[in-house]
Amino acid sequence: MRPDQEAQARQMRARAVVRKTFGTLWTYAVLLAIFVFAVFPFFWTLAISITDKTVASGISIYSFPASLLPRHLTLSNFVEVFNTFKLGKYLWNSVAIAGLTVVGTLLVSALAAYPLARLNFPLKNLIFGAILATLVLPQETSFIVNVLTLRDLHILGTYWGVVVPIISTAFGIFVMRQAYLAIPATLLEAARIDGASEMQILSRIMIPLSLPSLTALGIFTLVGIWNTYFWPSLALITNQDLYPLSVAVLTLKGQFNYDPFNVAAGAMVMMLPILLVFLLAQRFFMRGLEGAVKG
Amino acid sequence: MTRAATTFIAYGMLFPALILMGVFTFYPVIYGAYLGFSHYTAADFGAHNAPRWVGLENFHTVFADPLFQTGLLNSLKYLAVVPVLQLVSLAVAVLVNQKLPFIAFFRASYYIPVITSISLAAVMWDWIYAKDGLINWSLEALHLLQKSSAFGYLLNTDTAIWAIMFVTFWKGFGYYMVLYLAGLQGIPAELEEAATLDGASRSQIFWRITVPLMRPTILLCSLISTLAAIRVLEEIIVFTNGGPLNSTYTGLMYVYSKAFGLDFNYGVASAAGLVIALVGFVLSYLNFRLTRESGGEGA
Repeated sequence: MRPDQEAQARQMRARAVVRKTFGTLWTYAVLLAIFVFAVFPFFWTLAISITDKTVASGISIYSFPASLLPRHLTLSNFVEVFNTFKLGKYLWNSVAIAGLTVVGTLLVSALAAYPLARLNFPLKNLIFGAILATLVLPQETSFIVNVLTLRDLHILGTYWGVVVPIISTAFGIFVMRQAYLAIPATLLEAARIDGASEMQILSRIMIPLSLPSLTALGIFTLVGIWNTYFWPSLALITNQDLYPLSVAVLTLKGQFNYDPFNVAAGAMVMMLPILLVFLLAQRFFMRGLEGAVKG
Repeated sequence: MTRAATTFIAYGMLFPALILMGVFTFYPVIYGAYLGFSHYTAADFGAHNAPRWVGLENFHTVFADPLFQTGLLNSLKYLAVVPVLQLVSLAVAVLVNQKLPFIAFFRASYYIPVITSISLAAVMWDWIYAKDGLINWSLEALHLLQKSSAFGYLLNTDTAIWAIMFVTFWKGFGYYMVLYLAGLQGIPAELEEAATLDGASRSQIFWRITVPLMRPTILLCSLISTLAAIRVLEEIIVFTNGGPLNSTYTGLMYVYSKAFGLDFNYGVASAAGLVIALVGFVLSYLNFRLTRESGGEGA
């Protein structure tokens, strides 16, 4: 290689390195910009919720940039929202509704998925097809009929009225069926030879071996029901004392002269548990449906 | 074990799931469709009167109602969020589908809006969109807006629906990003490397390789997103309840307020719901055709 060629090659390499460095910097700049876009409402609300509003009179959430970076911090907004708005009551409603929904979904799905995955019986394919068909049914008007049905069953305005219509889902049954299908058939045969009943096989073999899928399904269900607004607001329309946080937090917005610091505190009480669940279990979410199916 | 015993056990285990699905999923679809052709109100329900078949009368009522026309138009307007949401989500998925330090952190943080309740989103974005809120303050700080001409974005008939759509975008892009990421795993890395060696730019690779190869995932995501847009209701209730001056009043908002807000007319509400369902079917079909045809030249 002649010296001038060598110099040229070196220059090209240097240029490539510079370009690559700029490319990486640019990538991180974009990543950071999207990060800010995604989480700034959360951080701003967090900042508002811990702002000490008693320091100066007439302090407002709209006094920027102080509102974004409060200097005097306090937890008194949280105490106040629990005392004056009875936030604890709504928190308990959320916990009760979420608990019943998660347990119900897991029970119904774990039971129904077993015959679909491992037993042979008449109309099996038709039933599985019908369950999957619920995913594409037009359900625009279902909420009307369901409210009427709940009233006929005398469970409109109760926890059960919220929970019972939503625990049997194609998603839950599908996830558990996939989990059961992955368990080796020899295990089941051995158990049958030893005289185990189908119920014993389900409770002693299938369910213990499907814990990752059960966990994933439980977490998806928990996050979904904790956050949902429309259905609980309708099913509890006759008994607003049972509203979960997701509904109550908007009622809160309309109450006691709309103290935004207290509203922000209420919002954080609702957000933080689910954020914690998400951070601990993010691998399930980041893999989409696959995360639930493969556990 | 005998076949009869197996059948018995199988149906026993399926029973809770099937009875609940039957009562709360299948029955409402069938009975709701029937109600669409019947006269049935809250008063009838209270008096235990059976729905009375009236043929297409409810549909005449619905189509003659200017409020429903407004609602349907606003629901169609809402579809504008779909292409933007899908393109950006796909681009973000490509961006985070690299092996870089901290990339898992960024991916997870983009999912946080997805796990944020719509009611919390309403609380937070209400402050962002307010007249003295974060957006206007930023614009004033950048001298792009004068304080005297500032307004609240959710209180203005021209901007309210777009402001809500933007929240749908904010809440949705992380969700579709995850679906697209799963699809991107299926594209062999050699393709992209070969294109880079041939001197293709990032945007060329995106439009000529990624988009054509991702067509099945794009179809699925557009379908989900289109149906969600035409059925938009929750966002509307928590942000504006249809206002100001019905500028955010959507088709499903009509169904909801006919059944439980205005006049408790379940028949008319169901008929309107059937119309929205039909629009959803047509859009799904168009979506499918469009995505398949545009494939002809690209692949």
